[in-house]
Amino acid sequence: MESSQKKKGVGGWLFLLLVLVAYGVTGAIDAEMAGQALSFFGKVMYKVLPILAIVFLLLLAADLLFEPKWIKRNLGREAGIKGWLIAAVGGVLATGPIYAWYALLRELREKGMRASLAAVFLYSRAVKLPLLPLMIHYFGTAYTLVLCVYLLGFSIVSGVLMVKLEDRETI
Amino acid sequence: MVRHRIEKSLKKTALRFVNLLPIIIGMLLLSSLAVTVFPEQISAGLFGASDALDALIGASVGSVAAGHPLASYLLGGELLKSGVSLVAVTAFIVSWVTVGVVQLPAEVLMLGARFAIYRNVICFFSAIAIAFLSVYTLRLMG
Repeated sequence: MESSQKKKGVGGWLFLLLVLVAYGVTGAIDAEMAGQALSFFGKVMYKVLPILAIVFLLLLAADLLFEPKWIKRNLGREAGIKGWLIAAVGGVLATGPIYAWYALLRELREKGMRASLAAVFLYSRAVKLPLLPLMIHYFGTAYTLVLCVYLLGFSIVSGVLMVKLEDRETI
Repeated sequence: MVRHRIEKSLKKTALRFVNLLPIIIGMLLLSSLAVTVFPEQISAGLFGASDALDALIGASVGSVAAGHPLASYLLGGELLKSGVSLVAVTAFIVSWVTVGVVQLPAEVLMLGARFAIYRNVICFFSAIAIAFLSVYTLRLMG
């Protein structure tokens, strides 16, 4: 387990290195643009820092509280409709950037969560409760309601399609 | 016993978190670069040929766009005001929050290549489907 984590860690650092190379190339072509991108990064990073603290706490809570047996029963193959509901509601309530949730989903997947339910969770994140007033302001109440219903419906559709893929091969 | 379990969990979580950090920082750096290099104004001139093509372009632009979903609402609202169809704007907004081309490397690293690719392809096509369904539903509702 630990050695596999170290391997995944190397991939992450390699990814960061490649991104820094992209910045280097951009900087060589247009230093001002690279500077603007870095300044934008600084602002975003400042906003993301508290979310990272929450992610750390959630990862710790998941490791402490969610036994593989519970995950298998509620989010695994034997979960049934309850599992789909937990994944969809969890996705709607989840805040922060999507990649912050990848680690938690990996943790849950390693403990037995179905790929289809991870897909439902990620899809239902498209319904952003705190941003609904703004969406209503721009597009109207009817549009916002219709879109949210379709987003939730299609989160299940995406999960069903992942089931088909799960059945064909291990993902 | 409990203290030992918490210590073990803390160590494990810290290791996971350290592995996660370069991915998050890399992702944020990449998003910032994408937002700066491909300014939002480019997208307005792309639309207008047909609903189907607009939806395809909307979903494609939304898929490669990165940033807070709030930005997609603001930009979607502006696109709508400038005459872009609701189908295109909906495909754009939905793919912005469901498809992540920029996040794909991170998703591949964390959840596996097959999962990430299948999920993003499904989300791309469902963004187009949702765009048409939402607009037709609204028309039916009057």
